[in-house]
Amino acid sequence: MNGADGIVFEDVSKFYGNVLGVNRVRLSIPPGITTLVGPNGSGKTTLMNLMTGLVQPSRGSVRVLGIPPSDPERLFKVAGYCTQFDAFPRGLTGYEFIYLYLRLHAMTHARAAELTARALERVTMTAAAGQRIASYSKGMRQRIKLAQAIAHQPSVLVLDEPLNGLDPMARAEAIALFRALAGEGLHVIISSHILHEVDQISDQVVMLSNGYVVAEGQIQAVRGEMHQEHPLQILVRCSQPGLLAASLFAQDHVAEVRMHHDRGGLLVGTRDPERFYELLGKMVLEGAIHLESVAPADEDVHSVYEYLIGGGGGAA
Amino acid sequence: MSPAVRLWGAQILAIGRLELKKNFSFRRALPLYLLAALPLGIFGGHAIGYARGWTSCHGTEDLTVFAGVFQLFVLRLVVFFGCVAIFLNSFRGEVAQKSLHYYFLAPVRRDVLVVGKYLAGLLTASCIFGASVALSYGILCLHLAATPSAGLAGPAWHDLGTYTGITLLACAGYGAVFLLLGMLFRNPIVPAITVLVWESLIVFVPPLLKKISIIFYLESLCPVRVPFSGTGKLFAITANPTPAYLAAPGMVLLAVAIVTVAAVRIHRMEIRYGTE
Repeated sequence: MNGADGIVFEDVSKFYGNVLGVNRVRLSIPPGITTLVGPNGSGKTTLMNLMTGLVQPSRGSVRVLGIPPSDPERLFKVAGYCTQFDAFPRGLTGYEFIYLYLRLHAMTHARAAELTARALERVTMTAAAGQRIASYSKGMRQRIKLAQAIAHQPSVLVLDEPLNGLDPMARAEAIALFRALAGEGLHVIISSHILHEVDQISDQVVMLSNGYVVAEGQIQAVRGEMHQEHPLQILVRCSQPGLLAASLFAQDHVAEVRMHHDRGGLLVGTRDPERFYELLGKMVLEGAIHLESVAPADEDVHSVYEYLIGGGGGAA
Repeated sequence: MSPAVRLWGAQILAIGRLELKKNFSFRRALPLYLLAALPLGIFGGHAIGYARGWTSCHGTEDLTVFAGVFQLFVLRLVVFFGCVAIFLNSFRGEVAQKSLHYYFLAPVRRDVLVVGKYLAGLLTASCIFGASVALSYGILCLHLAATPSAGLAGPAWHDLGTYTGITLLACAGYGAVFLLLGMLFRNPIVPAITVLVWESLIVFVPPLLKKISIIFYLESLCPVRVPFSGTGKLFAITANPTPAYLAAPGMVLLAVAIVTVAAVRIHRMEIRYGTE
């Protein structure tokens, strides 16, 4: 990828005194939704703060669409960052919060007012815009922060735990908004600890553990690189599970075959999914089995997270 | 004017708009208003007391008393603590409230941010304390016109601008110092107290060291020399005063130099609220 097209980390390390933030990160983030996943203290927020210049790298360099974060005048024309800090300048209404910070872009009153109204509408906060932020609920504060981050129509949107504090309806709306923004060609970088939501929204993931990037890319590709160590689990529901099991035991790429706990299918562990699917297709064509469904059982973020990082996964 | 300068000008105005909204919010400004009301209370009370016949006054000493109150109380305490409240909050207050990052995430050069915040603080302090001094002195002059020394009132009006100007210079000097301290120290109260002690003890140090003080230059500009006596001598700066043509631009240059240091320093500033 051209450095001017994406977000590039070149051998970036960040130390807070003796404490490691992130170490030797080499990343290239393309357009679409990229989710940073990892346990608390793994370096997700540090990566986000590095790409927006809130902290400076101890070593290496970062470029966002070719712009160094040390150049805020250029960077924040094209980037917006919704941090996880639940704090606001005192005494402002939701409208003023967005409008007054838009004026820092040296926009005219009319332009700033227009963009403020548009951003408020996108996060469905128009009705509450005249109230002071101090009176907002957690979910409203989260949405007004999001509106402030997208108000200037950035090309790169960085969102640190953006779904925190949102009720299920608002979460669904926020996810739809992220998808829409990614569909418009934006780089949307999200950190989230809710892995099933990460699965729903991510085009690619970056997995972090103890300040190191342990995996990156599309989740299927990441999972594909782990087949030798962690054979892919595939759930097959068919008319003759016993016959299928017998055929599979003879295959050297099959690591295990188990009856699913509902006894309605087989859970197959394979180190070579392509050869497995080939065999399955052949049996179906020969009429040996009648296939009801077949689907990978551990090709999701949660499973990959478990294999690579371990420990819970639901609250990374 | 170049596009860059126009952009920075527009951004400084936008920063000013935001800062003034915060600075003049009732809760934040109330202590400043109370502080600024103190000199008004002193001279307004004196004028009212005289008008009502509660006190007698020949008016002859009033201008000297004003000069003494201005030097010992207004400059050293009212303006000093007012600037502490306004300028320490410029950066340190925002770090404490965890809201500084909104500025850092705007397309504004950080040095432009420093200048914008400084000018907004200066405007706030100048409006509040400049108005306080101008009104206090105006009240004194009106009162003077009603005393047996009414002849002094006319010439006294000429010093209104001087006292107000000295107040603005005090805001500029102390403001720059506290803006920088708020950026350098996690707990800037200790260095602020150190500045207060230095400014108070300046009378005890050799003449050369007296010049490393804001109050020295400000008092050099005062139109009335105060013949301190008794315990008041403790506050008399005995070094040769600096001529006004040096003291006033010197104070402005000092403020510019300190703000420049702050503008350089802010480039190294990181948002790490958790460790602040």
